[in-house]
Amino acid sequence: MPRMTMIEAIRDAHAVKMAEDEDVVVFGEDVGYFGGVFRCTAGLQETFGKNRCFDAPINESGIVGTAIGMAAFGLRPVVEMQFADYVYPAYDQIVSEAARLRYRSAGDFTCPLVVRMPTGGGIFGGQTHSQSPEALFTHVSGLKTVVPSNPYDAKGLLISAIEDNDPVIFLEPKRLYNGPFDGDHDKPVTPWSKHPLGEVPEGRYAIPLGKAAIRREGSALTVLAYGTMVHVAEAAADALGIDAEIVDLRTLVPLDVELIEASVKKTGRCLVVHEATLTSGFGAELVAVVADACFYHLEAPIVRVAGWDTPYPHAQEWDYFPGQARVGGAMKRVLEG
Amino acid sequence: MDGRLKLHVPEPEVRPGGTPDFSGVKIAKAGSVRRPPVDVDPAEIRDMAYSIVRVLNRAGEAVGEWAGTLTDEELLAGLKTMMRVRAFDRRMLMAQRQGKTSFYMQCLGEEAIACAFRKALEPGDMNFPTYRQQGLLIADDYPLVDMMCQIYSNRRDPLKGRQLPVMYSARKHGFFSISGNLATQFVQGVGWAMASAIKGGDRIAAVWIGDGSTAESDFHSGMVFASTYKAPVVLNIVNNQWAISTFQGIAKGGSGTFAARGLGFGIPSLRVDGNDYLAVHAAAKWAVERARRNLGPTLIEWVTYRAAAHSTSDDPSAYRPKEESDAWPLGDPIKRLKNHLVLRGAWSEERHVQAEAEVDAEILAAQKEAESHGTLHTGPKPSVRDIFEDVYEVMPPHLRRQRQKAGV
Repeated sequence: MPRMTMIEAIRDAHAVKMAEDEDVVVFGEDVGYFGGVFRCTAGLQETFGKNRCFDAPINESGIVGTAIGMAAFGLRPVVEMQFADYVYPAYDQIVSEAARLRYRSAGDFTCPLVVRMPTGGGIFGGQTHSQSPEALFTHVSGLKTVVPSNPYDAKGLLISAIEDNDPVIFLEPKRLYNGPFDGDHDKPVTPWSKHPLGEVPEGRYAIPLGKAAIRREGSALTVLAYGTMVHVAEAAADALGIDAEIVDLRTLVPLDVELIEASVKKTGRCLVVHEATLTSGFGAELVAVVADACFYHLEAPIVRVAGWDTPYPHAQEWDYFPGQARVGGAMKRVLEG
Repeated sequence: MDGRLKLHVPEPEVRPGGTPDFSGVKIAKAGSVRRPPVDVDPAEIRDMAYSIVRVLNRAGEAVGEWAGTLTDEELLAGLKTMMRVRAFDRRMLMAQRQGKTSFYMQCLGEEAIACAFRKALEPGDMNFPTYRQQGLLIADDYPLVDMMCQIYSNRRDPLKGRQLPVMYSARKHGFFSISGNLATQFVQGVGWAMASAIKGGDRIAAVWIGDGSTAESDFHSGMVFASTYKAPVVLNIVNNQWAISTFQGIAKGGSGTFAARGLGFGIPSLRVDGNDYLAVHAAAKWAVERARRNLGPTLIEWVTYRAAAHSTSDDPSAYRPKEESDAWPLGDPIKRLKNHLVLRGAWSEERHVQAEAEVDAEILAAQKEAESHGTLHTGPKPSVRDIFEDVYEVMPPHLRRQRQKAGV
């Protein structure tokens, strides 16, 4: 089976869908001729022509706004925001328009649109290339929000997102593009070629949106994580010898409440981890869901580990990033609680 | 000059209590502006962004190179459509005053723009309108009862009670869902046109925006994308002089005209008398042909005047002289077309009075039927279940749970 990085898997998902469906078009800043600053669209213009994959002006609201019109026409646009940090000019188009078009027109117009964006820190990107804005999208009705944690999922989830008839926000943890980064920034990252989830089948396969995956079964506590933090949590549990069950949410909306509930009822303990800022972060929603569904099964308070409620700093990146020490420490607290 | 900086805040010439003065509005003589070939080099018609294309002169004659795009029958149909729009607005305004709905917006004085423009489009073309282009629907014979049911948010509302009154959606009639947020549709329509070009079809888009909303960044985004990709789109700015209480100078600043916004983008840009049904149709046809022949976008500033309030929620006498509407130098679109048809011998005062009565009766009958399906506060309503439908194509588990909690 071919082995791919997350970048190659994302590129392959585009190529598979573009070959299969002429209505799939791809555009964004630097995505055409050059193939994207992270190379996620490399070669697509050459293969599918300038009509199907092209460069856009530096105008995020224009990229998403025109994509909404294309989707209303009947195409399936997949657009790239160069960094999630740049999505805010497009926020109105996403929230007020894409998310509500089906509803407000009672199905007269729909918006099958994917907005992809690299998210998260760990590359010394400073406060404008490191943010994790998922909660700004999960709060909006009408959107689906997806965060893959590995190449196999990235391809299968992106194919599902492109095939979905509603707008999907697709957040790609950029620190995972080239390997399963576990938070240990001092050692070189293992390449995806050495990781089982770097095995990516050729051709079309889909991972349904709204389904979480258990990355590591365990009985001591449940860790709810997504994106980069899945690997950090795994490494932290391994290092401390904790029998943690690690749930990779994969899709934040719709959320796989069933799987979360079953896991927490089994372990009786829950840790919620994300890289995004703490206050009003998606972790708050997870804590509420767990409290609602599993309160009488809990043996300890639910704990959250998240980015500090500050902008993402540059020099102090590793003091900001919720690495293995913070996640491991929180696991111990949950077990002791 | 004391050497200190001072902020410039533009002010209209006149405020309430003053005498309306449009002497500063330069209006070209009807027939005086040339009609260039549709494949003209935009650089050769830059002056047209500062003039006004007009066909009907003060005497009611059609003159100049832009005249002659419509037959007597088409003009009579146009007159009738504008009369229907005006009568519709009058009845719905009254219905709002009677508490039958929450909100209404008229297009009084601006009827010619949407009504004549619609006639330059083909089936399959798509408008991305603002809330003041009801004429596009009525000119395309969209059922008046359906419009009213939407306004009443009643059981037969095609939008299931979800949208504010007048925020229609009618794909089959080339009418994109109205958002209620301003300017967002301007760039979306450019994208729709780009999609049509990507697919190699022959359908074109028309996007609409008001003078005030040209200040939004989505206007500029739309201009960039339309210009870059030469999208088959007509970019319409309806300059009705007023954005609620804010005069057009606040959005326009020192640029001279709204049409001139297009020049920097290399987009052919016209200014047209929006109260002249013949000029609107001729200019629309020109721009539509350009789009259809893959010659790219055209920007048109339709010069008109919002003769009524912005909506049922404001009182214009608080910010502009009451007499300003009557002083507006481009007159009333219905009167002007009527006079022209009378002059042509195709119409008469008697027939006009009779037609007014017929139109009123038609609107009244439609209203009666619409009200039989309920109004906002009385009678049958859309289902509470409809709150939860259409958020997604397939209802996800969390919405199913919430719907159960709501007891429906």
